[in-house]
Amino acid sequence: MDAKAREKGYLKYVDSKTPQTKMWPTLFYAFLVGGIICVIGEGLGDIAKLIWPTLAEQSISAITSAGLVFLASFLTGIGVYDKIGAFAGAGSIVPITGFSNSIASPAIEFKNEGFIFGMAAKMFVVAGPVIVNGLASAFVIGIIYFIFGI
Amino acid sequence: METFYSYLIIFAVGGFICLLAQILIIRTKMTSSRILVLFVVIGAFLEGIQVFKYLEEFAGAGARVPIIGFGASLARGAIQGIKENGFLGLLAGPLSATAIGITVAVLGAYLFALIFKSRTKK
Amino acid sequence: MPDKQTVIFKNAPIIVGTFTVAGPKEKKGVFGDYFHLTLDNDLFGEKTFEKAECKMMETAIARAIEDAGKKDGDIDLLLGGDLLNQTVSSSFSARKFVIPYVGVYGACSTMAEELALAACLISGGSHKTIACATGSHFSSAERQYRFPLELGNQRPPTSQWTTTGTACAILEDGTNKKGVKITSATFGKVVDFGVIDVNNMGAAMAPAAFDSLKAHLANTHTSPDDYDLILTGDLGKMGQEILIDLCERDGIKLHKNYCDCGQMLFTNKQNTFMGASGCGCSAIILNSIIYDRLKSGKYKKVLYMATGALLSLVTSQQGESIPGIAHIVCLENC
Repeated sequence: MDAKAREKGYLKYVDSKTPQTKMWPTLFYAFLVGGIICVIGEGLGDIAKLIWPTLAEQSISAITSAGLVFLASFLTGIGVYDKIGAFAGAGSIVPITGFSNSIASPAIEFKNEGFIFGMAAKMFVVAGPVIVNGLASAFVIGIIYFIFGI
Repeated sequence: METFYSYLIIFAVGGFICLLAQILIIRTKMTSSRILVLFVVIGAFLEGIQVFKYLEEFAGAGARVPIIGFGASLARGAIQGIKENGFLGLLAGPLSATAIGITVAVLGAYLFALIFKSRTKK
Repeated sequence: MPDKQTVIFKNAPIIVGTFTVAGPKEKKGVFGDYFHLTLDNDLFGEKTFEKAECKMMETAIARAIEDAGKKDGDIDLLLGGDLLNQTVSSSFSARKFVIPYVGVYGACSTMAEELALAACLISGGSHKTIACATGSHFSSAERQYRFPLELGNQRPPTSQWTTTGTACAILEDGTNKKGVKITSATFGKVVDFGVIDVNNMGAAMAPAAFDSLKAHLANTHTSPDDYDLILTGDLGKMGQEILIDLCERDGIKLHKNYCDCGQMLFTNKQNTFMGASGCGCSAIILNSIIYDRLKSGKYKKVLYMATGALLSLVTSQQGESIPGIAHIVCLENC
């Protein structure tokens, strides 16, 4: 048997052995935690509306995300967010809080390597790709609008 | 009662978006960074084809809070920037629209990095 | 006549002292009571996890030398290796000792690699007494190979938990002495079956383990039944099953006397999925409970095979597959 075929056979065998994550419970937890975080976000917005009734819709949504982001970096700091994440998976990765966690966690982790090349430089190891790709796709969409003049 | 229903919708839509991501993680072994990138791009696309605003009307924070909302804000900033200032607006728009979120995230991370240390897992 | 891969020692070196340091999670694990020193905090009084790993290494070396009833000056050579880039934990801990130092790297196979090398050097006559030290630390490995500790993500079901633990063994010329001796050793070949998933080390290393085991058994004309215990390093639950399957296909039957350190170290309740990994994993088990049982005569002959996954962050990001290696030493009470 040549090496390629042997390798292929082995990888197939490994796949058959690999245990799958228990799908249903993790899906439920992701749904539950993701939903709760969104509800907290809406709640923050509603509270802001009560305090400043004249505020524009856009400012309300900015306050919502700023509040969630700050809360998440605090929870990251006190070492709670990674425990939520281990339980909820995507439920705490996908909300904006997960984005905040991905900035705060390397910042805290790498401060031992100094505040310039450690904390500041590593802050965007996980979130950098998100901003870069988000910005690039927004730019492409903008260009399309620009060209077709909608 | 009305508030309760609207909160229920927010919960269901937000949860459902996370559930989709969880299926992707399990099926494709994507890391969290890739999931975030994918959903940001999806969000920008949804805004681009003018679908996101209906989703937002329907589900409020359920659509805004997941990272697709961040992508949609970037795209909305780009489109609005063009309308107001042309090409320069396109360059300035996306980041201005999301500036508050990013700034709070960076400053929050800075602050808590000063205060806290990373802990080992148990 | 055995081929060059296996060395059979005419004057087999003897292990005269060992010491193990284990972290808090390991303390709560299956062998918690057997380790010589267990920590309640894996920072070990230091500021960073890297410094803690280094201090754990220093402690293991110093106390093993003590355990052997020797002083720094009696040791001719220190072999050290770990998982961190440029094997800093070992070389930094060697600063504390006035012993010539050689750094080795074999990923998680380091302990077996060092024991085999030391046995060659001693039986070759160039050195009399050699210290072999290795170790790993969960938190320093995690931040080097994976993600920040506070990042909220789920560990995949095939992942393994890097052991926090260091161990040191002192080997000496065994002429006219009775005790735990290294009677033969097999240096493994690098084997790569194309596994790419970095969260599935067991599958990447199992073929290497099979390759070395087969060679060792053939070269020493023994079968698995000739050993009281066959101990693999950190294949984990899945790697262990794969090795048993691979062996069975080749007519080698691994029975109850086969165990995997990675699979055994933690209890099922500790949520480590496939088990433990890391240099420290098999090293702390070998140098505590297994050595004690060999010394007391409960085991007569143990085959210790540590496996290593020779990857780095860069190679895995570039999509390279994971080469595996396995080194074997045979320990006998004679």
